[in-house]
Amino acid sequence: MSEEKIEELKAADDVQQGRREFLKHVSASSVAALVAAPESAEAVVDATNPDADITVAEYFQGHFLLMSDEEKRQALERLEKRYSAKYGKKTTVSDAPAPKDVLFGYALDISKCIGCRRCVHACVKENNQSRHDPEVQWIQVMKMPKGNISFTVDQLDKGYPEKSGFGDYGVQVGGNAYKTAGLSTEDAQNYYQDDTVPDKDYFYMPVQCQQCEKPPCVKACPVRATFRDHAGVVLIDYNWCIGCRMCQLACPYHARRFNWGEPNLPPEEMNPKTHYFGSRPRMRGVMEKCTFCVQRTREGRDPACKEACPVGARKFGNLLDPESDVRKVLATKRVFRFKEEFGTYPKFFYYIG
Amino acid sequence: MKTALSFAMDFGSYALKGGAKYYAWLLFLAFFILVGSYTAYRQFTEGLILTGATDQVTLELFFANFVFTAHVAAAAVLVVAPGYLYHRKDMKELAVIGEIVAMIFVATGITFILFHMGRPDRVLHMIPGIGFPNFPNSMLVYDTIVLNVYLLLNLTGVIYILYKKYVGRFEAKQLAIWFRPIVFLAIAWGPLIHIVTAFVLESNARVGLWATAVLPFAFLSMAGASGPSLIVIIFLLARKFTKLEINDSVIDLLTTIIAWSLGIIILVFAAEIFTLLYPSTEHADSLKYSMFGHNGLNMYVPWFWVTMVAILGSFVALLFRKVRRSYDFLLPLVCFVVFIAILVEKPMILVFPAFSPSPLGEYTEYHVTFIEFFNVLFVWAIGFLSLTLIVKGAIGVLTGEVRYDKSSASS
Repeated sequence: MSEEKIEELKAADDVQQGRREFLKHVSASSVAALVAAPESAEAVVDATNPDADITVAEYFQGHFLLMSDEEKRQALERLEKRYSAKYGKKTTVSDAPAPKDVLFGYALDISKCIGCRRCVHACVKENNQSRHDPEVQWIQVMKMPKGNISFTVDQLDKGYPEKSGFGDYGVQVGGNAYKTAGLSTEDAQNYYQDDTVPDKDYFYMPVQCQQCEKPPCVKACPVRATFRDHAGVVLIDYNWCIGCRMCQLACPYHARRFNWGEPNLPPEEMNPKTHYFGSRPRMRGVMEKCTFCVQRTREGRDPACKEACPVGARKFGNLLDPESDVRKVLATKRVFRFKEEFGTYPKFFYYIG
Repeated sequence: MKTALSFAMDFGSYALKGGAKYYAWLLFLAFFILVGSYTAYRQFTEGLILTGATDQVTLELFFANFVFTAHVAAAAVLVVAPGYLYHRKDMKELAVIGEIVAMIFVATGITFILFHMGRPDRVLHMIPGIGFPNFPNSMLVYDTIVLNVYLLLNLTGVIYILYKKYVGRFEAKQLAIWFRPIVFLAIAWGPLIHIVTAFVLESNARVGLWATAVLPFAFLSMAGASGPSLIVIIFLLARKFTKLEINDSVIDLLTTIIAWSLGIIILVFAAEIFTLLYPSTEHADSLKYSMFGHNGLNMYVPWFWVTMVAILGSFVALLFRKVRRSYDFLLPLVCFVVFIAILVEKPMILVFPAFSPSPLGEYTEYHVTFIEFFNVLFVWAIGFLSLTLIVKGAIGVLTGEVRYDKSSASS
């Protein structure tokens, strides 16, 4: 290595050192002022190690639900400080409690859904998922063939009874005999890449966390990092999860996503309004999933996926309120739960027109 | 205190002594530990993204190998039980080797679980007091408890027996009063670790292939085949290269256990295949996938059939007296085949195909990455290195070559 290069590196190191010293004295409130000035904001973004003290304190924190109010305040402050430094934006981490006398429910009209996946992308944008390598999506849209695809006209008369030495014993083969029809995952396409939607021969069924009343994932978690809050939403304490993936194994809806590597969230795409159990940026090696946008719904707003839906296929509301959209759907439509045979009692209802 | 120190010194120096072949074996293992240190470092700094696991196939090679280590650990009971329950004189001395195998394999299994975890740094969240284990709901909590207790029981047993032998006081009346209950508890605990491990898998209703009451029986019979296979190989090697006396009767008993465990495995597989394939409901999808493939995805198909043939072939082979008595060639070969077949069965038949179809109907193939593979070898190499050293030292103690020498200690 040449002398100049060493000098350069040393200089760079000094700058880095200065930033670190600087950041140590930055309190959460002064970050806002900092962000206003472009150069200093850049300095914050560049800092690779925002603050070692914060990381250590965060590492030793307990389960969030069992913290005292003072500990909670400190934990949130730590996170806000770390996120603000890392993403160069004034980030808020709320721990707003779930409203009283509320049981969140969701209803989705599969006859209206056009498979545009706007909900999928709105969700990614809202909830600060990893954007590339891989992009983590909490909603998966299944594209299923309608009956006219399964039962093609040219095959209609091609079926015949299976022959045996004893004659026909009642098994039909050939033609359309073994085609699936209707709501079946067997021929569902989960990664369709269509230029235009909807495809007239298919219908679509988005699946996300069903917020079960009897969630198998909560039962399976060995450290109680995941739990059901009193508004009926299953949440995860990302700082308590040990990454054993027993919940993912237990979930019959493929609703949980794991951060296999460090999530890639570009600072410019980060949504700075977050909730502790919701959209705050996750770390490597923890589980995440749909929370019905806990950071929105606890303030009385709608989930991002519902807002994004262009055809109004999604309804959200309070199951305890007879006037809510969901209750009206339950009262007037033909409703079903996905994979009812698993006995999980979801609060996510599908209905047909 | 002084005796304990000299025990450790004598034990260690004997374990490290050996011929060229012995050192070659140790070096062979050391190579994988060296390479594995790098790959393990990569995995712990960059995360599980370096393995082949995905949201669809969430258990990787580590978990599959963990199930296998539980097999072998549980099976060590089969060496301890004849000596202590049936008072077979030829086995009583050798029981300690079984306990060593149990101890090492449980420890190896726990290491595999640490590799499986996304945040091994937060493992303390499971310790009561620091964290909050989800008792009595989570099956993983039960598994953690039974594994660690089993490790502790065997650790106590091994150290106590070897130490007592070392100082030369191993008559029944000179043993502590708590020792026999510990041995019997360990014998009962062996099957338990296995049953609970099966329950960890069975508790996931959405994985059709595991939703079967026959799984613990399959596991126990596989334990009965794979564990004694390893122990037979160890015994044959020990007999050939050391002064340890092992009667043919011991080997024959273990061979019988292996043969009829294989018989039960075949029955279990047959029952499972019939129950799934005859009605051919959605529960059969995973099995059909590993037997015949699905729409051109047929990575698991050769593994399935080769494993089935290996199990069936080993069973038939062990029915011949000639094979059972061929202590130098055929018997160790069959034992090796059984060990490998059941090791391979874990990821390639039990774990990976079970995830297809996924809850949303996706079929996936699992591709093991190099980093993952070398991490598995890393854990195995550490396990086999400790197994070799401790068994070697234990043989020294059993043959009396490592013994407390009062004159040398006092000088």
